[in-house]
Amino acid sequence: MSGAALFGLVACALIGVGLYGLIVNPQPLRKILAFNVVGSGVFLLFGVIARRGAALGMGGDPVPQALLITGIVVAFSATALAVTVLLRLYDETGSTTLASETPVPADTGANPQ
Amino acid sequence: MTTAGGLLLPFAVLIPFVGAMAGLVLGGRNAPRVAMLTIATGLAIAIAIAATWSRSGATITYLLGGWAPPLGIALRSDGLSVAMMLAVAVVIAGIGVYARGDFDTPSAVREARAPMLYWLLLLAVWGSLNLVFVSGDLFTLYVALELLTFAGVPLVCLDGKGETLRAALRYLLYALAGSVLYLLGAVFLYGESGTLDIALLAERVRPTPVAWVAVALMTVGLLAKTALFPLHLWLPPAHAGAPPAASAVLSALVVKGSFFIVIRLWFDAAPALPGFTAAQLLGGLGAAAILFGSVVALRQERLKLLIAYSTLAQIGYLFLMFPLAFDASSGALVRGGALMGGTLQAISHATAKAAMFMAAGLIYKAYGHDRIADLAGAARRAPLSVLAFVVGGVALMGVLPSGAYLAKKLLLDASDATGQWWWEWVLQAGGFLTTSYVVLFVVHALRTGDPSQAPHAAVPRFQGAAALALALCSLALALAAVVGPVPWALLASALSAKEVASTLVTVVVGSVLAFTLARRIPSFPVGLFAAVGPSRFVMVTIGDGLARIDSVLRQWTIAGLSLLTLALLFGAAMRANGATCCG
Repeated sequence: MSGAALFGLVACALIGVGLYGLIVNPQPLRKILAFNVVGSGVFLLFGVIARRGAALGMGGDPVPQALLITGIVVAFSATALAVTVLLRLYDETGSTTLASETPVPADTGANPQ
Repeated sequence: MTTAGGLLLPFAVLIPFVGAMAGLVLGGRNAPRVAMLTIATGLAIAIAIAATWSRSGATITYLLGGWAPPLGIALRSDGLSVAMMLAVAVVIAGIGVYARGDFDTPSAVREARAPMLYWLLLLAVWGSLNLVFVSGDLFTLYVALELLTFAGVPLVCLDGKGETLRAALRYLLYALAGSVLYLLGAVFLYGESGTLDIALLAERVRPTPVAWVAVALMTVGLLAKTALFPLHLWLPPAHAGAPPAASAVLSALVVKGSFFIVIRLWFDAAPALPGFTAAQLLGGLGAAAILFGSVVALRQERLKLLIAYSTLAQIGYLFLMFPLAFDASSGALVRGGALMGGTLQAISHATAKAAMFMAAGLIYKAYGHDRIADLAGAARRAPLSVLAFVVGGVALMGVLPSGAYLAKKLLLDASDATGQWWWEWVLQAGGFLTTSYVVLFVVHALRTGDPSQAPHAAVPRFQGAAALALALCSLALALAAVVGPVPWALLASALSAKEVASTLVTVVVGSVLAFTLARRIPSFPVGLFAAVGPSRFVMVTIGDGLARIDSVLRQWTIAGLSLLTLALLFGAAMRANGATCCG
C-alpha cells in the first residue's frame, strides 16, 4: 500500500469516527470535538488528493494545499464560535445540554419566550 | 477576461464588511448610522450591477488578481445573481429601517452590546450573501457559506437568554455538520475533475461513482443548512427565539444563501449528473416540507412559531422547481421557466416573510405577548402591522397578481410541459395550506377586542410602514417580473374568471383547513359548529400525529441519521439514473 493510500484510508477512518461522534454524543463539547475530527479527516483527504494529483516532479498539487489552509482557518473559527456560545450557555443555564424541547411541540412551543 | 463593470462585484462583497468593521471601530452609538450609510451604498452598487448586466446582456466576470481559473478565482454575476443581489439589498434596507426602532442604543449608555452587534451582524450577513451570489467556484462558496452561518448564529442568541443560546448552538453544530459534508463533496469533486470552478466543472464532470457521492454529500450538506425537511431540527426554535428584526434576516435571507448554492450546483456545475430520480427525491422532500410545515404551523399557539414553521413550508415550496426543471430529452436540468419560477418564489418569500416577522414583532410590542388566540383587536391596536402581515400572507398564497402567483403559474406551466402532473397537486395543496394560516391569523386579529385596554407599549409608525412596504414589494414583484424576463401573458390572465374562481376555491379550502386544524378557533354559531366538530376531531388527530412525527425527526440523533440516510438515497438515485443513461 502506498503512503498516499494509507493516508487516504486514515482520513476516511477519521471522517467515520467523527461523524459517529457528531451524531451520537449528546454533549455539545464532544460534538465540537467530533466536528474537528471530521474536519481533520477531510483536510487529510484533500492532502492525499494533492499528492496523487501532483504533476511530474512536484511534491503535491499546490491548489488543494492552499484551499485546505483556508479550510483549517474556517474550521478553527467555527470551533472558536461554537466554544464561545457553549461557554455562554453554561454561564447562563449552568448546564450544557442541547435537549430542551418538550416531546410534543404543539403544546407551549419550543421556547418560553 | 474581466468584463466591463466587473470591479463592482468585489465591491458588492467588500462594502458591507467594511461597513461592519467601521461600525465596530466607531462604537455603539454610531453603528446604526454607519449601517444605514452602508446600506445606501450597497443598494446603489446592486442597482449599478443590475444596470451593467442589463446593458451588456452577458455574465459580468471579475478575475481576482488577474489570474484565470483553474489556478485563480473568478467572480461571476449572471441574471440569477443580479436578481438575488437586488432583492437582498431591498430586503436589508427594509429590515434596516425597521430595526432602527428596535436596536437603537438607549440614550443613557454609550454602547450596548445587543444593539451594536445587530447592525454589525446585519452587514456581515449581507456581505456573505453577496459573496454567495457572485462566487464562481465551489470553494469560495464554502467560505461564503461559513461566513453566512457565523454571521447568522449570533443573531439567534442576541438577547443572551439560555434558551436562545441553546437554539444558537444547535443551529451552529448542525450547520457545521452540513458544511463539513459539503466540503467533503467538494474535495471529491476536485479529485475527480481537477478544478472547483463552476464553469470548468460543467465541462469536466462525468457520471462516475465519485461524482455521485460528491454531489450527494454536497446537496445534503446544503439541505441541512437550508433546513429542508427532515433536516429542519434547528429552525423553529432559532427563528422563533430570535428578536423580530433578527428573525426577519434569518428567515428571509440566510436560508436563501444555501438554497442558492444548491441551484448553482444542480443547474450550473453538474446539470447532467443528478438525473430524474434524484430531482424527484428533492421535490418530494419539498412536498413533505410543505405538508409538515404547514400543518404544524396551524397547531401552534404563538405567532412567531407559526411564522417559523411556515418558513419550513415555504422552503419546501422552493425546492419544487428542481424536478420541474428536468428536461427528459437531454437528461439534465435546464434553465427555463421552472428556474425563473423558483427564483421568483424565493424573492417573494424573502420580502413577504421579512414583513411577516416584522409585523409579528410589532404585535408582540403592542400586546406584550404573541398568543394568536388572544390577539383580538389587533386591527385597531397595530393596524399597519396587521395589514403588513395580511398582505405578506396573501402575497405568499399565490392568489392575487403577486410574485408568488407568477411563480406558481410558471411552475404549473413547467409541470405541464414536462408531463409531471403530480406536482400540480402539490402546488395547489401548497396554496391551500399557505392560505390556511393566513386565514387563521386574520380570523383572530379582526375580532373586536377590548377597547379600554391600553397597548402594552407604543408601536412606532415607521416600523409598521417598513413592514408594510416590504409586504407591498411582494405584490409589486409581479410587475417587476413582467417588466423583466417573464412574459406579460401570464399576468394578463390574472383577473379572468377562471383565476378568480380558483382564488375563491383556495380561500375556501384554506379556511376549512384553518378551522379544522387550528388549536383554538373563535366561537361559532352552534349549528355550524356541530357540523365542523367531527371533521375537526379527525383533522386534529391527523395534525397532532404529524406534529409528533415532526418532533421525533427533530431529535438530534434522528436528524443526524437522516443526514446520512439522505446522502445515501441521493447517491443511489443518481446512480440509478447514471447506470441507465448516456454515461
